[in-house]
Amino acid sequence: MTDLSDRQKLGYIASQAADARLNVELETEGMTLNIGPQHPATHGTLRIICRLDGEQVVWAEPSCGYMHRGYEKLTEVRTFPQVTTLVNRIDWLGSFANEVPFILAAEKLMEIEAPPRAQVIRTILFELSRIANVSLFLGDLGVQMGAITPVFIAFRDREYVLNLIESATGGRFHPNFDRIGGLKDDLPAGWIDETRQVMVKLREFCDIIEDLLFGNEIFQSRTRGIGIIPADIAKDYGLSGANLRASGVDYDLRRDQEIAMAWDKADFKVWTHPDGDSFARCWVRLQETRESCKIVEQLLDQIPAGPVMTKVPRIIKVPEGEAWVATENPLGVMGYYVVSKGDLGPFRVKIRTPSFNNISIVPWALKGVYVPDIITILASLYFILGDIDR
Amino acid sequence: MNLLATDIPYWGQSLLRVLGGLVAVLLPAGTIVYLFLFKMMSFMQSRLGPMEAGPYGSMQLLAEVGKWMQKEDLAPAAADHRIFKMAPLVVLVSTFLLVVVIPFGPDAWFTNFSVGVFYGLAVASISVLGILIAGWASANKYSLLGGLRAAGQLIAYELPMVLATLGVVIQAGSMNLQDIVVAQNTGEIFGFSGLGNPYIFTQFIGFLIFMIAVQAELTQAPFDMPIAESELVSGYMTEYSGFRFLIFFIAEFATAGVFALIASVLFLGGWGIPFEWFGWTSVDDVDNWMNLAGPVIMFTKMLVLTFIIMWVRFSFPRFREDQLQTFAWKILIPLALANTAITATLKVAF
Repeated sequence: MTDLSDRQKLGYIASQAADARLNVELETEGMTLNIGPQHPATHGTLRIICRLDGEQVVWAEPSCGYMHRGYEKLTEVRTFPQVTTLVNRIDWLGSFANEVPFILAAEKLMEIEAPPRAQVIRTILFELSRIANVSLFLGDLGVQMGAITPVFIAFRDREYVLNLIESATGGRFHPNFDRIGGLKDDLPAGWIDETRQVMVKLREFCDIIEDLLFGNEIFQSRTRGIGIIPADIAKDYGLSGANLRASGVDYDLRRDQEIAMAWDKADFKVWTHPDGDSFARCWVRLQETRESCKIVEQLLDQIPAGPVMTKVPRIIKVPEGEAWVATENPLGVMGYYVVSKGDLGPFRVKIRTPSFNNISIVPWALKGVYVPDIITILASLYFILGDIDR
Repeated sequence: MNLLATDIPYWGQSLLRVLGGLVAVLLPAGTIVYLFLFKMMSFMQSRLGPMEAGPYGSMQLLAEVGKWMQKEDLAPAAADHRIFKMAPLVVLVSTFLLVVVIPFGPDAWFTNFSVGVFYGLAVASISVLGILIAGWASANKYSLLGGLRAAGQLIAYELPMVLATLGVVIQAGSMNLQDIVVAQNTGEIFGFSGLGNPYIFTQFIGFLIFMIAVQAELTQAPFDMPIAESELVSGYMTEYSGFRFLIFFIAEFATAGVFALIASVLFLGGWGIPFEWFGWTSVDDVDNWMNLAGPVIMFTKMLVLTFIIMWVRFSFPRFREDQLQTFAWKILIPLALANTAITATLKVAF
């Protein structure tokens, strides 16, 4: 018990006080409830250990690692092109977005850059995978709160996006399409028009979800003022993505960093919300889906002519060095720290995944809430198990 | 009992009652499950629902029952076995006891209690007992939470239900369900008797409160906190499998049907058609064919009401436990009390 931070000390005192209140003041007995590892609300195998006083949570802690697949270690015995197959499976709902930062890091080490056409197509696919990811969140939100209809609408409309990704890349869930120096293939004929039509459908989907779910009084009473995360706490815990923006922090790597992608060619708004509660997080994600549609539509008009692949050697050896590239993925900031010793494969890869940091706030956010609110807070924090455990 | 103008011996009457009771409970349950749970929900969610078993999936329910009957009857090691096994039956018994007081025609009734409303509301709360012991005996923390939530919720919503019914009882001047049906069908609205006087017009607030309370009694969304499959993993039903789960399942939908039948008796005129149409003046004048037409009319009204129940169920997210209690105690009960007071005042005034 050395080197405790102030907050840890305070948390410890708070939990001791809660225990004292349970056992001495009220003379009731607390109950320890394991939510998970197998539980519908964790959509995967996350375990949350809660100590309950009646229906109120006095202490909670997430326990992850039930689905650890050792990707960081596995990358050390793969060549650079093979790594994309692995990292595809980290956030399995928006797979293409996982490949991009790693490829960008490798390109940075090799000091090459993808041709402009490849950059724009990359950005379009990146945003499509964001839509595929977040649209499922919007549907799943209803299921977590007992409304079973929205999720089917979400699956129906997400299918259009998956079809697009499939027709462009050949893979529905795991495209594995990004290459060092560009893309595997060019877009198929007619893809651009098809994408425009799908974007119209997805805007309609956003409107439906807004009507069906966000306008519902019960949904609002379940989410407004629940699980409030202030901006400074959110920053302290390293939250990113919509969770951070919902706390009022205007931070989006798509806009805030210089990177070899085409976001600077599109005009889009980074939505923030001052409240920081569950509703804010859901609402920001809804708006982001609309913004993604907007980005895709704008970039479809701006795809330059040219090749989709630069000249790279047939056997890729990455020069010695270290590179860090982070992008704004569907779940938040995802980054790869790649260390190369000049071999065929990376020497060490550190993967910074957004969900791991996002659920680190769970003990803070769950203190004092009711059991049903655990589910709404977890749902609104939105994690993918593969993204936590890697 | 003089059904269809023939004298039926006592044993025949008993047999008819048993068979009638089974039909009155199982037929609505099966219809609701197939029509609403399988098909309507699917169409709302842009899918087809079961299509393989039988024409248009109509035999799906039989297939499901067959599947459940084959499953092993599991009980957790730490469970209180006798009580654990008894709980689903207690819930189902409440449904059967409830259907007993409902009149389906001028002579087609199981029993003609003079205090039918009182009896119905009393036996409806037996299911709470079943749910509570199911939650407690499962030796599962989720089940316990679910059972406790169910007990709190069902007791809270029993009260608005009773108060909403009180308005009807005051207006009809009787607690006998048959009398309530007759009073509605012989009644008149401002001297016009072509429609009878279904109490949904005068007791509209009572009807709304009754339907909301029914939704809560059935633990269906938005009041499905005790089941809450996304957080409590189906609450008190978590540990049940095989035919015991089936019994819970049947009881849930059969109770939906029976409550809809009671609501149609109390507010929609029950089995009757306005007596004016055929020149009847009292229940003794009613022609015998109403004993056959009555159940069909009741069934139709039940389907309309269960459609509304299911429609709400498939559309809304669920309340939180404290919001649910607030809604019952701070909104529904005062509203129901005011409704009762106004009804009583108007009854005395006119």
